[in-house]
Amino acid sequence: MRSLLLRRIRNHLMTALCGLGVLLALAPLASLLWLVVSRGLPGLSLSFFTALPTPVGEPGGGVGNAVVGTGMLVSLACLLGLPLGVGAGVFLAERGDGLFGRTVRFTAEVFSGVPSIVVGIVAYGLVVVPMHHFSALAGALALALLMVPTLSRSTEELVRLVPGSLREASLALGVPQWKTSLRIVLRTARGGIVTAALLAVARAAGETAPLLFTTLNNQYWNLRPDQPTASLTVQIFNYAISPYEDWHQKAWSAALVLLLVVGGLNLLARIAMRNSLGSHR
Amino acid sequence: MNRSPAAPLPRVSGGAARSAHGPNLGDRAWSGLLGLLGGAVLLIVGVVVLALVHVARPALKAGAGTFVSSSDWDPVSGSFGALPFIYGTVVTSVVAILVAVPISVGLALFLQEMGPRKLRPVVSFGIETLAAIPSVIYGLWGLFVLVPALRDHLEPFLGRTLGFLPVFRGAPIGLGYLAAGLILAVMILPTIASVTTEVLKTVPASLKEGALALGATRWEAIRMAILPYSRAGILGATLLGLGRALGETMAVTMVIGNSPTISPSLFAAGYSLPAVIANEFAEATGDVHTGALAGLALVLFGVSLILNSAARLLVRMVASGPSRAVAS
Repeated sequence: MRSLLLRRIRNHLMTALCGLGVLLALAPLASLLWLVVSRGLPGLSLSFFTALPTPVGEPGGGVGNAVVGTGMLVSLACLLGLPLGVGAGVFLAERGDGLFGRTVRFTAEVFSGVPSIVVGIVAYGLVVVPMHHFSALAGALALALLMVPTLSRSTEELVRLVPGSLREASLALGVPQWKTSLRIVLRTARGGIVTAALLAVARAAGETAPLLFTTLNNQYWNLRPDQPTASLTVQIFNYAISPYEDWHQKAWSAALVLLLVVGGLNLLARIAMRNSLGSHR
Repeated sequence: MNRSPAAPLPRVSGGAARSAHGPNLGDRAWSGLLGLLGGAVLLIVGVVVLALVHVARPALKAGAGTFVSSSDWDPVSGSFGALPFIYGTVVTSVVAILVAVPISVGLALFLQEMGPRKLRPVVSFGIETLAAIPSVIYGLWGLFVLVPALRDHLEPFLGRTLGFLPVFRGAPIGLGYLAAGLILAVMILPTIASVTTEVLKTVPASLKEGALALGATRWEAIRMAILPYSRAGILGATLLGLGRALGETMAVTMVIGNSPTISPSLFAAGYSLPAVIANEFAEATGDVHTGALAGLALVLFGVSLILNSAARLLVRMVASGPSRAVAS
C-alpha cells in the first residue's frame, strides 16, 4: 500500500494533466480565431464583397462572385437535401422503431462519416460525366448528398423531444395519426427542425473538397446552375496555396467572411433552438 | 412563438371519412410517404456505391493488382501504385490519434469528473466551435501558422532531443507528415472529446461513489471504476475520430507537402489518399487516371464504413448494457 501522500500527489498530478488537456484543446481555437480576425480584417471593405477577383498585383478586387456562388450552391443543395433529410428524420422519429427504421438509422449514422471528397466523385460520376462539363449543379448534388444523413439524425433527435402526452391527447380526441403527426408533432418540433436545417446549411457552406472537381471555379459572375461557379471555400484554397503575398491576404479576408457566414448560421440555429424550447416548456 | 396547438383539432370530425376496418386512407398515405423518405437514405447509399464503382471501372479493368503493391505513381506513363498515399494516410492518422486521444480523454475527464461545473458550458461551446470551423480554414491556419512554427521551433527541437529515433530525423521543412498529423489532431479532437463526454455520462454514479467510499482518491476512482466501464465507448470515440482523420481532405492537402514518396521521417513531405484525389482529379489525364483516383475513393469509402460501423456499435454497447460493457 502506497502512502496517502503519494496517492494525493498522484491525484493532483493527474488532475493537472487533464486540465492541461483542456488548455491544449482550446489553444488552437484561440489562435485560429485571433489570426483569422486580425489578418482578415485589414482586407475587408465593401468592394471585397462586390468586386470580381483581380490578377496578382492588381490592387482592389474581391470575392463577390464567390459569395454569390456559395449562396447559389447552398440554395440548390437545400432544394434536394432539406426535404429528403428532414423527411427521413421525421420517418425515423415517427416510424423508426422497427427493423426497417433501425436499418435506416444505422445507415444514416455510418454514412455521415463518409469522407466528403468521396461524395464529390459520386457527383462527378452522376452529373459531370453525362453533362461533359463542370457545373454548379454537380457541386450542389454533392452537398445535398452530404446533408441528408446528418440532417436526418439531428431532425429525429429534435422531433423526439416533443412530449408524448401531446400526441396522446390529440389521438385521444380522435385525430387521425397522419394529422397528429403533421399538425401537432411537427408543428411543435418546428423550431428544432429549423435548428437542424440551419446547422446543415452551415456545414454545407464550409465544404470544399467535393466542390473541387464538380463546380470547379469561375473568375466571373455566374448565376447559371449548369456552368462552373466560384465558391468561397475553393477561392480560399486557391488563394492560400498560391505563392503570392497579395493573394494570401485575400485568403485570410475570405476566410473571415466564411467564418462570419458559418458562425452567423450557427448563432441563428442556437436562437431557433432556444425559442422552440421556450415555447413549450 | 405563441401559437395555439389546439387549432386544427375541430376539423377532424367533419374531415376524413373513417372506415371501421383498418387505418384510414390518410394514415396509410402518410406511412407510405414516410417510408419512402426513409428508404431514400438507403437508396442514396446504393447510388453512391454504384456511381463510385462506375467511375472507377476503367482502372479496375486495367488491373487493380498493382494498386496496393506498387509505390510508383506516374499517371502519364500509366503506373498507378497507391502505396505512398496509403502510407501517408496511415501515418498522419496515427499521429493524429496519438496526439488527440490523450488530450480529448483528459479534457472529457476534467470536465465531467474533476474540474468546476461552471467550466462545462464554456469549454463545450469551444469544442462545438472547433467542430464547426470549415476544414479549408484549418488548412489556411496550418499553412501560415502551424507549418512555420514546426519548421522554426518544434522540428529542430525534436531533432536535437529525440533525433536518435528515425521518425524525428531529417531537415525540418515544416510541410509534411507531422504538420498534417497535428492539424488532423485538432480537427478530430471535438469528435473524440464529445463522444467520450457522452460515454462518461452513462457511467452509473454508484460505481464512482463506491470507489470513493472505499477511500480511493478522485483519480483512483477514475482509473479503477470509470475508465474500465467506459473503455469500449472511448475506443468507439477513437474509431470515429480515426474515420474522420482518414477522409479529411483540405487541411491535409494544404500542409502535407504533396510528394508521392515514402519516407520514415515525420518531418518529410508526403501525400495522402484524399489529397491526391483533390489535387489530380479535376485535371486527370484520361479515363484510367480518373478511374484510379475513384478507386482510391472506393478504398476510403470502404474503410470509413467499416470504422464507423464498428465505432457506432461500440458506443451503443456502452450506452445500452452495463453488464456487457463491464465484462469487456
